[in-house]
Amino acid sequence: MSIDKDKIKHISKLARISLDSKKTDTLAKDLSSIFKFIEQLNELNTDKTEPLSSILNEPLRSRKDVVNDGKIREKILENSPQKNEEFFVVPKVIE
Amino acid sequence: MSELTKKSLTEIANLIKKKEIKSEEVTQSFIKNIEKDKKLNSFITKCSELALKKAKDFDKKPKLNNLLPGIPIAVKDLFCTNGVKTTAGSKMLENFIPNYESTITNNLWNEGAFLLGKLNCDEYAMGSSNETSYFGNVMNPIAENTVPGGSSGGSASALTANLTPATIGTDTGGSIRQPASFTGTVGLKPTYGLCSRWGIVAFASSLDQAGPMTKSVEDCALMLEAMAGFDEKDSTSINKKKENYSKNLTDKIKGLKIGIPKEYRVEGMPKEIDKLWENGKKILKDSGAEIIDISLPNTKYALPAYYIVAPAEASSNLARYDGVKYGFRSSKGNNLIEMYENTRSEGFGDEVKRRILIGTYVLSSGYYDAYYLKAQKVRQLIKNDFDQAFKKVDTILTPSTPSSAFKIGEKKDDPISMYLNDIFTVPVNLAGIPAISIPAGHDNNKFPLGLQLIAKPLDEQKLLNIAFAVEKKINFKQMLNRWWEK
Repeated sequence: MSIDKDKIKHISKLARISLDSKKTDTLAKDLSSIFKFIEQLNELNTDKTEPLSSILNEPLRSRKDVVNDGKIREKILENSPQKNEEFFVVPKVIE
Repeated sequence: MSELTKKSLTEIANLIKKKEIKSEEVTQSFIKNIEKDKKLNSFITKCSELALKKAKDFDKKPKLNNLLPGIPIAVKDLFCTNGVKTTAGSKMLENFIPNYESTITNNLWNEGAFLLGKLNCDEYAMGSSNETSYFGNVMNPIAENTVPGGSSGGSASALTANLTPATIGTDTGGSIRQPASFTGTVGLKPTYGLCSRWGIVAFASSLDQAGPMTKSVEDCALMLEAMAGFDEKDSTSINKKKENYSKNLTDKIKGLKIGIPKEYRVEGMPKEIDKLWENGKKILKDSGAEIIDISLPNTKYALPAYYIVAPAEASSNLARYDGVKYGFRSSKGNNLIEMYENTRSEGFGDEVKRRILIGTYVLSSGYYDAYYLKAQKVRQLIKNDFDQAFKKVDTILTPSTPSSAFKIGEKKDDPISMYLNDIFTVPVNLAGIPAISIPAGHDNNKFPLGLQLIAKPLDEQKLLNIAFAVEKKINFKQMLNRWWEK
């Protein structure tokens, strides 16, 4: 299947990645050839095959919902690009 | 270059245990080699001072019963290290300093090792040549302007150049085994769930697995023993007893059955690879193993299925990089959405964007069944192929890669030809089973080539034993002129 520029614009919107028109062109070309390659899978009949969702034989383990670290607010905030006292700061979202 | 740094990890550990050398001496020797890393570009962060301090602390109170006593180890920059920058080869994490330690590195430190530095890799481990790193290409010590493979390219390069006695990488589609093959080193991808994923920057969670990269099979057993183990913090971690891979290592493999899959003889594969594969078969036969022809009929569908599953999981995992809590934030944009879009546009490189978009597309409304569900079904077929094969054989022998190391830039603009590098390694990740690449010899350009051994889940000991037997008889020797030091 070929992927056109409009499709690239749509999925880049979904993925929250802004693209200029040159990048959009290149990606349309790249993704078209990649999907052509991927679509070899259509040769295979998988009507009677169950999808493999986990390669482990047992179900995923869940742990008790308890705090085992915590009290590291300052440390966490150290890595934030913009902070104000104990908050992460983002551009204004409410007018 | 100090002779000490040429020695294997096991030899160095034994010298320290016998008190014949001190950790400080070992650490100094490697630091000296690392000073000449500039042309190789295998390190993103050097931790020389920190490592020397740890070495001195060790020498004051040596704990000699550990597996890795006083050993400095550089690791792929995908493992979070407490207080030390962890970049994943991306501009997005250029200044990210984790305040926690990954389980795998922690396991190494608990066995007496300490951090020597953080090694270059493809951005978010997405690549097969180490050309997608924001911190520049890594060169292969075997020849100038040649790629070391990827994504654990910095790890393979540093190990081969004697800048670290052993290292660790991660393998999502071949990222340990392919660079090991390209550099003439040993690389093992363990069974999915054997090594904890906690604290490793995530790429594709159902495929990612950490593993050792070493100069010998014996070293590989030692490293795996130190790394493996149950971890409550990883919900896919397998709860089983620890194994003594290094103590139980043996080259007695008489009577074992080795499968040769006909589907791995691909069109256009260089004759030299075929020759080395034949040689591997002969060695195994001479060691008393039985060679059996097998078929893995769905092999050719593994790579297309992988390029649905891996990008789908990546697009979901990488959604967290939004410029809010940590990592890079763009200064452009008038509102929150624009800030997100510019941050991700400026922070991610081309290959990462490509994969996020593939993943977003295959998971988008209306396409899920056609792509993602289809790929998960194909994944089941590939696993069935291996299940069937392992009813007849103990391990499978294949080439590790369809070519030897290539020149920088040679495949950069053609994603499909780059992806084809992983044609022999990807099926193993889809099935979650273990595999090892060991040096098999050289091609006409004197570039190393590897052989891959594949086993059933949790059969790492058998895998290591067979690799050990083959390694002894192949007697591979590195041919390096140390061009990067000139």
